[in-house]
Amino acid sequence: MTQAAAADVVIVGGGIMGAATALFLRRYGRSVILLERGLVGQQASGVNFGNVRRQGRFLPQLPLANRARKVWGELQELLGEDAEFVPNGHLRVCFRKEEVGRLEQYAEDARPYGLDLELISRNALRVRFPYLSADAIAGSFSPKDGHANPRLAAPAFARAAVRAGAAVYENTEVTAIAKAADDFILETSSRARFRAPIVQISAGAWAGALAALFDAPVPLQPRGPQMAVTEPAPYAIAPSIGVFSDVEEEGVYLRQVTRGNIVYGGGLRGPALPEIRRAYVDPANTLRQFQHVRRLVPALAALNIIRTWSGIEGYVDDEIPVIGPSAHTAGLYYAFGFCGHGFQLGPGVGEVMAELIATGATTTPIEPFHISRFARA
Amino acid sequence: MAEPRIVIVGAGPAGMRAAARLVEAGLCPVVVDEAPASGGQIYRRQPRQFHRAAASLYGFEARKATGLHRMFDALLPRIDYRPETLAWNVYENVVHLRHGTESEALRFDALILAPGATDRIMPLPGWTLPGVYSLGGAQIALKAQACAIGARPAFLGTGPLLYLVAYQYVRAGAAVAAVLDTSPLAGRIAALPALSARPSMLAKGLYYTAWLAAHGVGMLSGVTPLAITGEGRVHQLRLRDSRGSEQIIACDAVGLGYGLRSETQLADLARCEFAFDAPSRQWLPVTDTDGRSSVPGVYLAGDGVRAAGADAAELAGRLAACAVLADLGRTVRPAETALLRRRLARTARFGRGLELGFSWPARLAGELPDATLVCRCEAITAGEIRGAASTFGAPEMNRAKAFVRIGMGRCQGRYCGLAGAEVLAAARGVPVEKVGRLRGQAPVKPLSISLAGAAP
Ligand SMILES: Cc1cc2nc3c(=O)[nH]c(=O)nc-3n(C[C@H](O)[C@H](O)[C@H](O)COP(=O)(O)OP(=O)(O)OC[C@H]3O[C@@H](n4cnc5c(N)ncnc54)[C@H](O)[C@@H]3O)c2cc1C
Ligand SMILES: Cc1cc2nc3c(=O)[nH]c(=O)nc-3n(C[C@H](O)[C@H](O)[C@H](O)COP(=O)(O)OP(=O)(O)OC[C@H]3O[C@@H](n4cnc5c(N)ncnc54)[C@H](O)[C@@H]3O)c2cc1C
Repeated sequence: MTQAAAADVVIVGGGIMGAATALFLRRYGRSVILLERGLVGQQASGVNFGNVRRQGRFLPQLPLANRARKVWGELQELLGEDAEFVPNGHLRVCFRKEEVGRLEQYAEDARPYGLDLELISRNALRVRFPYLSADAIAGSFSPKDGHANPRLAAPAFARAAVRAGAAVYENTEVTAIAKAADDFILETSSRARFRAPIVQISAGAWAGALAALFDAPVPLQPRGPQMAVTEPAPYAIAPSIGVFSDVEEEGVYLRQVTRGNIVYGGGLRGPALPEIRRAYVDPANTLRQFQHVRRLVPALAALNIIRTWSGIEGYVDDEIPVIGPSAHTAGLYYAFGFCGHGFQLGPGVGEVMAELIATGATTTPIEPFHISRFARA
Repeated sequence: MAEPRIVIVGAGPAGMRAAARLVEAGLCPVVVDEAPASGGQIYRRQPRQFHRAAASLYGFEARKATGLHRMFDALLPRIDYRPETLAWNVYENVVHLRHGTESEALRFDALILAPGATDRIMPLPGWTLPGVYSLGGAQIALKAQACAIGARPAFLGTGPLLYLVAYQYVRAGAAVAAVLDTSPLAGRIAALPALSARPSMLAKGLYYTAWLAAHGVGMLSGVTPLAITGEGRVHQLRLRDSRGSEQIIACDAVGLGYGLRSETQLADLARCEFAFDAPSRQWLPVTDTDGRSSVPGVYLAGDGVRAAGADAAELAGRLAACAVLADLGRTVRPAETALLRRRLARTARFGRGLELGFSWPARLAGELPDATLVCRCEAITAGEIRGAASTFGAPEMNRAKAFVRIGMGRCQGRYCGLAGAEVLAAARGVPVEKVGRLRGQAPVKPLSISLAGAAP
């Protein structure tokens, strides 16, 4: 049997959660091994829409989102690159009168968390964002949110972690985790074994089976949000924009990258097949999205899409992630099931998990995300 | 039982023959093609208002062309033919079609994909200057529009089409500056045994070269292209000849092409299995001898599976239709399929000879200057692709795409993908199959957001 490589912490899963945690743990001086089944940031973290959005989140999640937002603003110093983060604001608009009040309510509720949202009337929307359709009757603007390039972010964290001394093993799938005395022993597909007194499971939509080895099962469903991108067009849309609606199909969002392409997504989700690591775009969804993005920005009708894609995201039944220590096993930590909004949180989750693992506590409240909520059910 | 719905994508030689065979069996297939007229690439029809004789359009192939056109025209009352219709996606036994401003979802029992091929390009410095065309493009300009790409064009690349297009240009009155083949003469001689599988084709090839020589057209083999230069448009082509001396060819246009690459995205979207084909250095969908893909109900025929030429496409189209019929439980005489398979094997042997004699110059990719554009949709240079390997450690093409945008533009890597893979493989020092292939993503071609359409 091969000698197991050892470290203070082994992280299972190299998405943005795992990669960011690895970097921040190094800053606490902990030795780290990151194990990734494929390539770092190849799954949800690398193919998502790229929204760095706080508004609209579950309110108790805002402290974590705020902490993440702070890290997003420091990427250049932290990583030596900015992952194309543009803090141009995030705008939510609605189409129905009864929704206006709910935008207003959210703005009021978010203020105590330090998230200041500007409510914008129909006429003011027209003036500030002339490309929006007249159907948009009110907006809520979060000036410091924005968007970034998901293809770059997680790998940039992992490269910085490696520069800081972390060991990253790609093409290494964890096939078993067992606790023997004080250490966890991890078996992998590459036959190499790893050991550490602390393990973090941040295996995205695949984390369920690993977590179930130690804790009550988490109701985690894999789904694929549907994305598309247009050919380049003259740069005009600075903020990231989303539709606020209870009708799932209407909930599209879009952003324009500085080189001109408009990326959009949302509406009905598609099938995701975690076993083969593929998520597909249902062409019927592509056609539905056309209708809804045209309603949001009518000029889009003049553009072509050049590509569609999806990715596998883990959705927990109660629509909030699992973050924090295991309910039963000392030394075991979780960060998974981000329900379609983990990209923005990633850098903050990394910082919080490192703090929690290194110091035993975190200044950012994460109790609502504890895995014990399922044992109680 | 309702009649099974069979959809054929592509009305080139493969698709037309498949349709004919299904009609013989009493079925009424849907035939879609994004082009306004049937015929495919080689037997492309001229626009309505043009009236050139078949002989001037198709040369030696005139009789075959008119025969096939007549055959297909006679089928029209018995098939559901849809020109100007793009198949933009395949998803769970439904093919998605765009016609004008509408999208239609068509459920199928069997799908025959016969989407043909496009030019295969190896970039070189200056290849994006106005006046540089792909070889096939140069031919289409002549065939469809009676336009030449220049008064003094040079033709650079490799493959039989290089000589054919030069011949067609000289006949059309152009002063062809030179025919420059990157394949060494020795390679073509080595390929002779395989090429003699089809003596008449070999004879035609030899005829074109002899004819060009007799008409004073300079021809060089085993060249290494260096650059196309000019102010605002093509003025000259620089190369190293087979003896290593640099030569400058004055020209006002360049037709550039290194054989063909199969249009495989629809097969990819249909989730067909692919395998690396070493002789052609491409990833191609896997089929059995009759055109069955790895996905039940999806059949592949013609240049879209492997570029083997028009005659092979006709045979493969018919054979794929026989496979569909057999799988639907209809009787197909074993003698028919046996004969088709035999003839197809012969054309395949000839095709192998062409690949051997006119091989894709993979080595050029490693030598491209860093500043040379490879992906023109996204303006990605060879140097940036190398950066994907060195800075980002990208082990394969999709990863390189994620980091540096190679193949991320309008053409989705159809034109730059194969050359880009060679650049990446050379930079990493691994065989090209190790860097994989760009995954196909819908839509197959850009799709307007104005499109209206309903779910199936
Ligand atoms: C299409 C799409 C659009 C989205 N849009 C947004 C958005 O705009 N804004 C936003 O904030 N969020 C968005 N999200 C959600 C966001 O992408 C995810 O919440 C976030 O990336 C989750 O990160 P992660 O590290 O937990 O998961 P992942 O990125 O999926 O990483 C998990 C990693 O674990 C690895 N792994 C799994 N099992 C094992 C094992 N046994 N051994 C080793 N490694 C393993 C996987 O290979 C994977 O790389 C979107 C998601 C998708 C799919
Ligand atoms: C530019 C060019 C020039 C050529 N010139 C010659 C020549 O002069 N002599 C010679 O012997 N060979 C030539 N070849 C090769 C020859 O054309 C092929 O071997 C032969 O045409 C293959 O027949 P096919 O039916 O497989 O495909 P094709 O004849 O290429 O027909 C494919 C058809 O599918 C359609 N199609 C493709 N994708 C879609 C889609 N997504 N939706 C709807 N329709 C679609 C196309 O419009 C096309 O009509 C040429 C090839 C090319 C690319």
